[in-house]
Amino acid sequence: MRVVLAEDLYLLREGLIRLLEAHGFTIAAAVETGPELLEALLTHRPDVAVVDVRLPPTLTDEGLQAALSARRQIPGLPVLVLSQHVQQLYARELLADGSGGIGYLLKDRVFNADQFIDAVRRVAAGGTAMDPDVIAKLLQSNARSGPLQRLSPREREVLELMAEGCSNSAIAARLVVSDGAVAKHIANIFTKLGLAPADDANRRVLAVLAHLNGTAEQTG
Amino acid sequence: MSGPTTTTGGAQERIEDARRFVRGGIKAQLRCLQLVFQAALGPAVLFFVGLVPILALNVGSQHGLGSLLVVAAGVVAFPAACFWLGRRYARRSRDLVEAWFGVRIPVAYRPAAAPQQDERGHWWTGHSYHSRRSTARAELTVRSVLGDPASWRDVLWLAAGAGAAGVLAVPCLLLTAVGAGAAVGLLEQIVDNSSYYSAGDPRELLLQLGLCLAAVAAGLALAPRAVRLHADWTRRALDPDRAGGQSKARLTERVQQLTETRADAVGDQAAELRRIERDLHDGAQARLVAIGMTLGTIEHLMDSDPPAARALLSEARQSSAKALQELRDLVRGIHPPVLAERGLGDAVRALAMDSALPVDVCVSLPDRPAAPVEAAVYFSVCELLANAAKHSGADQVWVDILHRAGTLRVTVTDDGHGVADPTRGSGLRGIERRLGTFDGVLAIDSTSGGPTTITLELPCELSSPRTSTSFAKA
Repeated sequence: MRVVLAEDLYLLREGLIRLLEAHGFTIAAAVETGPELLEALLTHRPDVAVVDVRLPPTLTDEGLQAALSARRQIPGLPVLVLSQHVQQLYARELLADGSGGIGYLLKDRVFNADQFIDAVRRVAAGGTAMDPDVIAKLLQSNARSGPLQRLSPREREVLELMAEGCSNSAIAARLVVSDGAVAKHIANIFTKLGLAPADDANRRVLAVLAHLNGTAEQTG
Repeated sequence: MSGPTTTTGGAQERIEDARRFVRGGIKAQLRCLQLVFQAALGPAVLFFVGLVPILALNVGSQHGLGSLLVVAAGVVAFPAACFWLGRRYARRSRDLVEAWFGVRIPVAYRPAAAPQQDERGHWWTGHSYHSRRSTARAELTVRSVLGDPASWRDVLWLAAGAGAAGVLAVPCLLLTAVGAGAAVGLLEQIVDNSSYYSAGDPRELLLQLGLCLAAVAAGLALAPRAVRLHADWTRRALDPDRAGGQSKARLTERVQQLTETRADAVGDQAAELRRIERDLHDGAQARLVAIGMTLGTIEHLMDSDPPAARALLSEARQSSAKALQELRDLVRGIHPPVLAERGLGDAVRALAMDSALPVDVCVSLPDRPAAPVEAAVYFSVCELLANAAKHSGADQVWVDILHRAGTLRVTVTDDGHGVADPTRGSGLRGIERRLGTFDGVLAIDSTSGGPTTITLELPCELSSPRTSTSFAKA
């Protein structure tokens, strides 16, 4: 699987290259700046891009902008964004086009190599990998009002993991319950939130996030 | 073909010019009239105020003490009237100059100091003690008026301004009025008395009429110049910076204000550095030391007890994650990442998303303010939102950020129960101090039970720090 990597810190870039190569990825390009990233994305058209939000030359959100702009030209280009901090604002911008293949993680998540690689694969497959911090905040700001209040604590846990992009079996493993129990919880969540049930993992996450986004827009 | 058209065009232009000349002249005449009226009013009032004690003195020679009191009152009233009228007349003159020429002549009266009460309950004015506050305040008012060069300049202007109006405006008015009057008289004679016309020398008559019209034209031509000259003079007489005297006082005041705000800024910065040092020392630094120690232990245990080493490894990883989290929080407190990356608008939007209350954000900023201003405003809004969430009991908050005419204005409105409780006070003072460094001000509109609106306003220029890149346009 070919990866384009954008990270301006040398140590982290080298570490990521080693980590990805160790897990069988091919590094198509490893770049340092926003314009280079955009060019690399458009020429290499990788299976997945791993992108740092803050890149030279402006050291603002060039990475994010380059990724968004590449996705406008190559719809559905899988992008996993890494950041020193996670922001609902950026998460919503990334999710705005609703075409999946999006990940947004804290850089710390790289420490847990297995989870990180899992997230890269999920994004490459067109799925979603959202940082638990973002999900927690999204749920928090929506929990005060709206249909989220009707969920039981267990259902909210399941919803959080589902929004992160976990599959049913991954949720079952994390919560130490059976697959059947997870499926039942998810059915309940879909009913309570008024979402049409769907088997496709990616559509399921996007539906949840779109719903959260929608309610968030209404309440501010 | 083109010849006639240009001539008619030229003629039309000349007619238009003449029309403009007459219109401008008449407008200036009216202004002259206004000036003369204004200038005459002050001295007229003064004349009557001065007349009263003099009359009283005349009558008092027959009636004794009662009229002496009137005289005494007049002696006080006359200078008071001078200063009061002076100030009014000066203000009126300033307003006229602003209305006519769009030039604002700055006003800089020294404010009267407030009397201070000592422990015995007496009122101290800085010069003497009074048992009653009103007396002390009266003394301070008199002192501030008498000691203020601006007041004396006003009184001088009351006298000189009348003279100026007399010298400049009256001749213009007279020229026009007399010229027009004489011309009308001549014309009446021509129309009514054709015998005079037939008898008199037509050339002499025409000369007379020409002279009259020339007088009117001279009046109309001179009036705008007279008005402008009067305005120039007013500006020279009333503008403290031009006059030189008050500008020093103003500078002193400004220096004092800057000294205060600088002391605040330096103090805040020192406190901030201490906080950062403490946070690093107690937080991330300590955790990194602990991680180092754990790693040492792991090295030791690796061969003898692998399961224990593995458990310690996971602990070390958690510690490093916590250290990172702490560093992140620290960075957020120094310079929030979204603020650095996106600027004030999006930073406040991000803040609103994380707020416990629903916050409606409206931003109208064409570009970014300077980084220190952004940070000051961001942290102020942060504090205000936290206040609203903690104390106001509001259901909804609105934040408006607007830049217009060199001023950044931020309003934070909530629909809570209003009236700040004391715990909010220190935070608001902190915001005031923070904004003071940039000559910014804070206004609170918070009635009991009603909504609270807090407005931050600070002068600032906008500029775009983001260099345009190829994909920014894409």
